[in-house]
Amino acid sequence: MSRHIDLRDISRKDREPLTQVRNEDLMPLPAPFDSPDKDRPWTPLSAATREKYECGLDDTCVVNIPQPKTPEEEAELVRRFIAGLQKLFNEENNWTLLQPLLLTMEHCAKCQSCSDACHLYEASGHNELYRPTYRSEIMRRAYFKYVKNGGPISRFQHGDIEANWPMVARLIELSYRCNLCRRCAQACPMGCDNGLVARELRKLFSQEMGISAKEHHDRGSMLQLKVGSSTGMTAEVVKDNIEFIDEDTSERTGIKVETPWDVEGADVLLIHNAGEIMAWPENPGAFAVILNAAGIKWTLSSELAGYDSINYGLWYDDAQFARVAIKHAQAAQKLKAKKIVIGECGHAHKALTVIADRVLCGDLNIPRESSLTLLRDIVMSGRLKLDPTRNDFPVTLHDPCNLVRLMGVVEPQREIIRKICPQFREMYPHGVDNYCCGGGSGFAIISGNNFPDWRFHVSGRKKLQQVLNAFSECLDPSVPKYVCAPCSNCKGQFRDLFAYYNLWEDHRILYGGLVELIVNAMTDVKPGFIEWEWH
Amino acid sequence: MTVLLYLVVYAAFLTFVIACIVRVVRLVKAPLHLRWELYPVPHEAPEHAAHGGSYYEDSNWWTEKRKFNLGGELAAMLPEMIFLKGLWEFNRRLWRVSFLFHFGLYLLIATMVMVLATAVLNLGVPGAGLAMILALVYRITGGLGALLALIGAAGLFLRRTGDKELKNYTAPADIFNLLFFLVTFGVLVAGYLLRPPVTSVQQIARGILTFDTALAVPPLLGAGLMLGAALMAYIPLTHMSHFIAKYFLYHHIRWDDAPNMRGSRIEAKLAQYLAYRPTWSAAHMGADGSKTWVDIATSNPNDWLSAKPQAAGPEVKK
Repeated sequence: MSRHIDLRDISRKDREPLTQVRNEDLMPLPAPFDSPDKDRPWTPLSAATREKYECGLDDTCVVNIPQPKTPEEEAELVRRFIAGLQKLFNEENNWTLLQPLLLTMEHCAKCQSCSDACHLYEASGHNELYRPTYRSEIMRRAYFKYVKNGGPISRFQHGDIEANWPMVARLIELSYRCNLCRRCAQACPMGCDNGLVARELRKLFSQEMGISAKEHHDRGSMLQLKVGSSTGMTAEVVKDNIEFIDEDTSERTGIKVETPWDVEGADVLLIHNAGEIMAWPENPGAFAVILNAAGIKWTLSSELAGYDSINYGLWYDDAQFARVAIKHAQAAQKLKAKKIVIGECGHAHKALTVIADRVLCGDLNIPRESSLTLLRDIVMSGRLKLDPTRNDFPVTLHDPCNLVRLMGVVEPQREIIRKICPQFREMYPHGVDNYCCGGGSGFAIISGNNFPDWRFHVSGRKKLQQVLNAFSECLDPSVPKYVCAPCSNCKGQFRDLFAYYNLWEDHRILYGGLVELIVNAMTDVKPGFIEWEWH
Repeated sequence: MTVLLYLVVYAAFLTFVIACIVRVVRLVKAPLHLRWELYPVPHEAPEHAAHGGSYYEDSNWWTEKRKFNLGGELAAMLPEMIFLKGLWEFNRRLWRVSFLFHFGLYLLIATMVMVLATAVLNLGVPGAGLAMILALVYRITGGLGALLALIGAAGLFLRRTGDKELKNYTAPADIFNLLFFLVTFGVLVAGYLLRPPVTSVQQIARGILTFDTALAVPPLLGAGLMLGAALMAYIPLTHMSHFIAKYFLYHHIRWDDAPNMRGSRIEAKLAQYLAYRPTWSAAHMGADGSKTWVDIATSNPNDWLSAKPQAAGPEVKK
């Protein structure tokens, strides 16, 4: 078992990691991974990385913070951390989430009811560092000390913490050891939210200190605001790719597919996660088949960011979030689209429908809805001829946190699957009580250093357990199995997790979206839209 | 002793009321935040609430009149308020002692209200029927409440001090608070049980209400009442004021699914916040204190940051 980690350890001045997770510490998995020696070994962080960057938290490193060169530089960084902390509790700077943060800071009863709800804490074998309250309690003590200027009475009431550079550096990394799934918040009898704390810490580091995961900022929101998509695709490139997808889909389905671009006055502006276009082209292809067959007047947009629904600011930065959300709304406004429909991407759903709801005002407040409700209406209306026997293989459904617990879209996807997949089985728990895939809050796109080892051993472990349990009676590779994940980020995690544990090769467990299952069941389409090939 | 008791009770009551009002006002005045709800939201329409869903499950949801499911909300609220349902579900071990403690407190608060009501009634018509009934009831609620609260507080104290899991997260005040409850309840119970037969709780309540300085309050019972009064004043000054916070945490955050419609009050409030001038320092923010949130949100940091992407490392102002 991992040794005890005290709250004060976060300020320890040595550069040794506070913890190391070993396979024997981890939550047991069902067969075929039912002993630690059947698990994958960890890749250690390289000596060069440890030498160059701040890696004093655990086995891995996400943010790659260069070590300060002088004590003065360290002191300046700590000063900026405290300045940022103060801004988090200032209305002008943080009206966006001030009230929830204040209440979480001041009213946690420290009862630890949240701990067992956290898949990271459970999967890590109850490692103290990954307890949802560890990070929050450090921030809470810093809040009372540096924001409320607490003296001895405050220390008596709330405890103490020393803000030094090792503490700040570790806290930066620790803010990236949470999937922001908010399952812990669901378990809090008070309503306090440790996921919010992780998110607000990331915000502080980004908005005040310019520190964030490069996959989220440089290669994420900044690139999207620069060229239109975090994939790097410009409007011209994305149009080319969609043209290719249309051709390929036409060939595969036997139906002529044409994706409309920039149609003014369309009923639906569909915004995909552009990652689908790059990594899973069958998904936008399937959308086109369904929407055309259903007679929907729809379009894609070639405006900056109008063809990529991702909004990574959701995970770390309010300004970047608002900038991208406004770009999405402006794309719809320019086309005079009646509504925006978001493709299969969980965080894009929550970002543009729920969170941006209090950003987009006036003419930019264009109606926005989930593609899952539109698809449900199409499937249940009988507009498509569907043959469920085409999907007669075991299917389970992964619930993206952003769709269920954080948005309340639970049933539409199930109504569809129950209608077209005769061997559908749920994971347990599911719906609003689901577990994160382990790629949430942008982990699925973070692959620097040895982070994937942590992502699969710890953050994805609970979902791996759920998938294995869902297919426990048919793990034999002679039976092809399908994990339906209507979310790009989750699919990215499944792709990497399944590859890591060889689930396709050894057990024929494939993952994919929802629209692929619908098109696979369409009788007007050539059989075999789902190609049982690893991708 | 009697005068001191009265003064302590008055001061404590005043402190309690003022501290509660300050907390409520502070939370009411906090700006409207981005939506941060968590499903299930029990006031969703029953067809959605049944599985934790929301109005987002309906196509063109903005064209439908939203149904507020009061029954659903009450069905979620009341078990939480009375029986601590969340703790029951997610922390059964703690629930056993926490429920006893809280339910004991509820009974003691009800007892206090009934004692005062009886005293008021007896000021007008001594021995009136309702007062007699209340006097009977509060003897039961008071005894049971004190017993449950004492057992619960002792259980919480033992858990807080003996459970390794909680050690990291326990500040000295957490121990102090539980000791404060234990000592107060203990002294109150002892004072009540050991009071001279002629002393009635109702008389003391009447004395407090009328400032009857001629009344002799037994020292131990007086000490218990003063401790109780101090505890009452202390609670809203601490995180134990969650009886206020919880309302906001649930109704203003966890269950706040109100959509922002064009021309709504929400939109008017947002317009005010979007005119704020933030001072975040990171270069990509472009927040120099003169730009509003609207300016920032409608700007593109690629316009002022060079073609070179921002480094992942910290920005250090030299």
